[in-house]
Amino acid sequence: MFYYDFMRRSFIMGIIIAMIAPTVGYFLVLRRQSVIGDTLSHVALSGAAFGMITNTYPVYTAIIFAIIAAFGIEGLRRKYENYAELSLSIVLSAGVGLASVLLSLGNTQGILSYLFGSLSLVNTDEIILVIGLGVVILITVFILYKKLFYMAFDEESAYLAGVPVKSLNLFFSVLVAVTVAISMRIVGVLLISSLMVLPVAASLIIANSFKSGLMYSILFGVISVVIGLIASYYLDLASGGAIVLTALILLIVTIIIHSKKK
Amino acid sequence: MKEKIVNIKNMSFSYGSNKVLDDVSLSIEKGDFVGIIGANGSAKSTLLKLMVGLLKADSGTVELFGKPIESFNEFKRIGYLSQTAREFNNMFPATVEEVIAANLYANEVLRGRFRRKNHKRIDEVLKTVEMDGFKKRKIGNLSGGQKQRVFIARALVNNPEILFMDEPLVGVDLESQNKFYNLLDKLNREYNITLVMVSHDIGVISQKVNRVFCLANGKVYEHDLKINRNISLDIMYGENMNMLYHQH
Repeated sequence: MFYYDFMRRSFIMGIIIAMIAPTVGYFLVLRRQSVIGDTLSHVALSGAAFGMITNTYPVYTAIIFAIIAAFGIEGLRRKYENYAELSLSIVLSAGVGLASVLLSLGNTQGILSYLFGSLSLVNTDEIILVIGLGVVILITVFILYKKLFYMAFDEESAYLAGVPVKSLNLFFSVLVAVTVAISMRIVGVLLISSLMVLPVAASLIIANSFKSGLMYSILFGVISVVIGLIASYYLDLASGGAIVLTALILLIVTIIIHSKKK
Repeated sequence: MKEKIVNIKNMSFSYGSNKVLDDVSLSIEKGDFVGIIGANGSAKSTLLKLMVGLLKADSGTVELFGKPIESFNEFKRIGYLSQTAREFNNMFPATVEEVIAANLYANEVLRGRFRRKNHKRIDEVLKTVEMDGFKKRKIGNLSGGQKQRVFIARALVNNPEILFMDEPLVGVDLESQNKFYNLLDKLNREYNITLVMVSHDIGVISQKVNRVFCLANGKVYEHDLKINRNISLDIMYGENMNMLYHQH
């Protein structure tokens, strides 16, 4: 399997994404914002379509579109303070609408690889991009870990303890947007949010502390990606689907083992 | 004359077109133990949030430690207990130590190293709230009363001068409530921490605090506890209120 260059590249990218998606997803789930991943991935899809039409590298345009959407969500959230989830629905609708219009405008034949993820199309430039941004995201979360924890635990108290909640919310939205955009090559736009949520869901069953919860989330993410990629190679399956189904099986097994222990 | 820690002048606040606080003026002095009471929807929590700057007043002024609330940034001087415990998700994976430590690092520019003195400080506050031995326990596995003690410990870890509490005893059993009030009494008398507590439990709070603000129809009335500790309920619920006496 590792004889092939594209498989080696896929594994490198997959493992990085397996670390950043659950890391970002962990904070999203605990803040009850897990749907943000879904929303931004749909907008990222329209960004990828825009890149294809304009002959720009689709991952770049997807990142820009997702960041704009992240700012839009924050702005709308303030406008609809008592209906915060409405901001997600509005941006999701905008993303889907824009994507379908852009897809009908020009040459977007490669869009399926962004929808469901593709191993064979990963090139060296993409690996460098993913490694670079992935490392930046992980270091940023490491630095902001305690403040992000406080915001996830109790945002009001965090604000009154001096945590710059508003600016960190905005900054974190950008991290989510970048994570979604760079993950779509391997997992696919439609399944990114699953990789952000399923490993976290499994970790919450067994975690006894915030730190261990984050570690388990990353561990489950990496196991899902490694097994999913191997399965996709030998069984000729879509990589994204194989990864997400592996994460789902891990979640079910964790729930069963935990229930039996009780 | 004692230092005025909270000073509100002619403050009004509305949710949309619904004015919930109308031309309110009050002050809280160092060493006070203030209870804020009122019927459901009387804007008790709103008043507390305006005091700490979580909400901005439509008109009037709010000062904390002599500074306008808009520019207040000495966060270590205040402690705050939100309604988190009541709405707390027990699956949240956090230990008691992680919860308390959060307050220690909130003001650090970057990550902040976990220093030995911080471990010691966490042990100290856990002892103060009589929760030593619970440091490594998952907070979701604690009882309502124990959680509230941990939240108090979190608020105390930076040695605040005033502690704001938003209905901390909802859903907490009677025995734990008594322990909680004993703890508050200790913080007020021994540590000289000014306490402000929103509560719907009129009977109990009027026996424990030294000042009571009653909220009704957008106004704040201070009840004089020196004259009478039994608060007249008709201020809050209207003159037509009838008490129903019953036996258990």
